[in-house]
Amino acid sequence: MIEERQILNQHDIEITIERLCQQLIENHNDFVDTVIIGVQPRGTFLSKRIIAKLETLIATSPIQSGNVDISFYRDDLMRREEPIVPEVMDMNLSVEGKNVVLIDDVLFTGRSIRSAIDALMAFGRPKSVELLTLIDRRFSRHLPIQPNYVGRTIDAIDSERVIVEWKEINGKDRILMVKSE
Amino acid sequence: MMSNLSVDHLLGIKYLKKSDIDLIFKTADNFKKIINQPIKKVPSLRDITIANLFFENSTRTKLSFELAEKRLSADVINFASASSSVKKGETLLDTVNNILAMKVDIVVMRHPNPGASVFLSRNIDAKIVNAGDGAHEHPTQALLDAYSIREKYGEVEGKKVVIVGDILHSRVALSNIYCLQKLGAEVKVCGPSSLMPKHLDALGVTHFPDLKEALQWCDVANVLRIQLERQDVNYFPSLREYAMVYGVDKEVLDGLDKEITIMHPGPINRGVELSSDVADSDHAIILDQVENGVAIRMAVLYLLAGKIKNN
Repeated sequence: MIEERQILNQHDIEITIERLCQQLIENHNDFVDTVIIGVQPRGTFLSKRIIAKLETLIATSPIQSGNVDISFYRDDLMRREEPIVPEVMDMNLSVEGKNVVLIDDVLFTGRSIRSAIDALMAFGRPKSVELLTLIDRRFSRHLPIQPNYVGRTIDAIDSERVIVEWKEINGKDRILMVKSE
Repeated sequence: MMSNLSVDHLLGIKYLKKSDIDLIFKTADNFKKIINQPIKKVPSLRDITIANLFFENSTRTKLSFELAEKRLSADVINFASASSSVKKGETLLDTVNNILAMKVDIVVMRHPNPGASVFLSRNIDAKIVNAGDGAHEHPTQALLDAYSIREKYGEVEGKKVVIVGDILHSRVALSNIYCLQKLGAEVKVCGPSSLMPKHLDALGVTHFPDLKEALQWCDVANVLRIQLERQDVNYFPSLREYAMVYGVDKEVLDGLDKEITIMHPGPINRGVELSSDVADSDHAIILDQVENGVAIRMAVLYLLAGKIKNN
């Protein structure tokens, strides 16, 4: 049996993104030395929304951004059934000396973010790296990684999955918790 | 799209499906980006050991594999038969088993005997990549050639490719024919009849005896090296005569009413199969082939390593 519960609806997501943007502005002012990096594949949807929102809230535009693909930086190639099909490494910029905000949709074990930080370092030595995530599944970390900006913190057990749906691919924005028995 | 190869080893293009080639190309696209980054190394194969076994001389293939392996962070050991116990009479299986006892996960092998890598894949427990086996196959060369055509024209399907030179002794030609045909290109060959294999028609390939006619037909000419070391009997009267009849030079290209792309797997015998002005011209994509070779080999090694289960 599959049990499904909605955590955030479209309106909640809009408000959350707006709040996250305000928090980013508090710390990054005009974003001149800031680079926003989405983690491929799913972090890029959130990253795009955040950038679009930021550009309406502050005068400086465009905000420097990119998307990092972590496939070749993962630690589980020989431990998976099938290798991950890589996404595009869309990094036409240097992060040397920049304040980087990494963006992903769900923070779970922290392993993807570890890989993303590793991949990021191939493009220079950033001044700082922060993490923004829409959903933080706390208490499930395998590594000492914590987000700086969080949309919603949730407690979920291993058999529960958090699914983030985006208008661009699923028709509407919503976040679900799915429990399969 | 499939994310796993249908094969456990890369023994030849003959054993691959079109979807395998597409997957290798898509993965190579990503590695091509990686090798143009400021930091060109990724940690993907950090816990993998690769042995490069070269029972026959090679410079560029070996360098290209070694660079691909190092960019993937694999541990690499090299072996050349000239300096090994093969000279003391050890069999291939014994040599390889000794190396595998040192916990090697992938073997990249070049060997003078056709089928050597197939034999190895049946007898040892490691992933095998054929880096050339006699006059049989040289799959990574064919993949990088087709990849370079795809890069130049956007796709391989429907392109006309002529392979010029010694088809009889060439593993590059055989692998290229398989690869290009699987991708939907039309392939023909050109060269002296004495250097054509007997059963060309079985491969679905026809022969142009005349170079100019062949070049006029094609979009891409893949010009092979005249392999003097494989000419056990004299297949043509002299190098000079070969160059006059089958050498691709500026004059021949200027005589065509279209632009064609020139490829060469290297190393070039300048003034024999290719003249210097053609090799160095904008028609030639020879150095792109070399760059793509590293990306293709990274893709192949990455995808094969993904099949190693290591729990």
